[in-house]
Amino acid sequence: MQLVQATGLVKTFSRLRAVDGVSLEVSRGEVVGFLGPNGAGKSTTMKMLTGFLEPDAGTASIAGHDVFADPIAARRHLGYLPEGAPAYGDMTVADFLAFVGRMRGLSGAVLGERLAEMVERVNLAAVWNRPIDALSKGFKRRVGIAQALIHDPEVLILDEPTDGLDPNQKHDMRELISAIAPGKAIVISTHILEEVEAICSRVVIIAEGRVVADATPSALLDAAAVDGQRPSLETVFRSITGSKAA
Amino acid sequence: MKTSFRTIALVFGREFRAYFATPLAAVFLLVFLALSAGLAFFAGGFFERGQADLGPFFAWHPWLFLILMPAIGMRLWADERRSGVIELLMTLPVRAHEVVIGKFLAGWAFTAVALVLTMSFWLVTLYLGSPDNGIVVASYIGSFLMAGAFLAISACISAMTKNQVIAFILAAIVSFLLVMSGTNLVLAALRGWAPAFVVDLVQSLSFITNFDRLTRGVLEVPAVILFLSTIVLALWINVQVVDAKKAA
Repeated sequence: MQLVQATGLVKTFSRLRAVDGVSLEVSRGEVVGFLGPNGAGKSTTMKMLTGFLEPDAGTASIAGHDVFADPIAARRHLGYLPEGAPAYGDMTVADFLAFVGRMRGLSGAVLGERLAEMVERVNLAAVWNRPIDALSKGFKRRVGIAQALIHDPEVLILDEPTDGLDPNQKHDMRELISAIAPGKAIVISTHILEEVEAICSRVVIIAEGRVVADATPSALLDAAAVDGQRPSLETVFRSITGSKAA
Repeated sequence: MKTSFRTIALVFGREFRAYFATPLAAVFLLVFLALSAGLAFFAGGFFERGQADLGPFFAWHPWLFLILMPAIGMRLWADERRSGVIELLMTLPVRAHEVVIGKFLAGWAFTAVALVLTMSFWLVTLYLGSPDNGIVVASYIGSFLMAGAFLAISACISAMTKNQVIAFILAAIVSFLLVMSGTNLVLAALRGWAPAFVVDLVQSLSFITNFDRLTRGVLEVPAVILFLSTIVLALWINVQVVDAKKAA
């Protein structure tokens, strides 16, 4: 069974077709890098995968549960970091994560254990009792990751998890994602191509709402190789997605 | 319809505490107490009447609430949309109606706090004379129900926008219309041309008319039903709006 399965997703916003027939399958242990220029439909696709946005056509399922027919069951298996890592700014990190944990059905000792693990894994001890509004961008992003991981979900959908982080924080975030990857299916959207090479087992590139490439990073580079010379991923990305703009 | 009361309680707890996380709670309570007291004394003739009753105090509640309840309700959903938290919230394993009810109850409980704080008035009249306590209790219940109706409308409108100011203004306008529909100004304008049953209908929907009935000390069933059904209807629309916005 594929942990993430999307077929023919279509979404149109007042005449603009943001997503035009995107299909995607992610199995356990895979980390899929979801790439594309701004406005290509990455976030819209992710919102449909999570069930937040209803597609005009197509289906999506998480861990075998249709996200629209059986949303509660699907969401139990899902951890989601929305774009910009939104959180309740008036709450402390501890209160916020406890709130999300409880909303996800955790309580008592289990909740305590999970919170302790988040402090450790996502490195939140320094800001644990600070209001989220007072945190730096890097810490806010980590809080966003922690709320997505609090219930140890099988599927993680992370919209730009390293956006706004400094190089050290980016490194830490990649280590974290690599560490948790084996038992999970993870979809990450990003603009940072080195990140894809570092942690992703597969690359899906979309442009103008359509999937234009779906392969392992090395297969993608091999396919674009000229005289046995692999181009950089950036070159491939630009040649695939930039043709219309160039 | 499946409902998790745990989810409702969790949302309620978060939202209720959120009122006190900012100065909003203090400002609101202060303004409410100052206005309700000030209006009762200076505009309502609380002393001059020489009667130990709370009539002048409750008479202003429809007018106070039509401004204050939109202020309490405006942030419930608009802020969620502006900050993007709604995306996080609505991808948790929760149902829209659980969140809608939890948020509404939090605002309503906050209103209850404000009303309880005004009970010093009651104590003063008890000290000065012997007010009809039945009337006071009925008035408090009526006031609480009416506040709930205003709040449910405000919460519903808040779900339609990400701008709190717009949410506040629209909710205040709708509340104003519901209050005004019982005044002679509106009814006289209607009487000229509208059939009698339309005039009666408009008047029967008026918050002022119904609230007045309750403050006379009789817990009139139609008035109670009007406020409760307004709450239910507004919250139902609220759920539909939250669900429909997923498609947009």
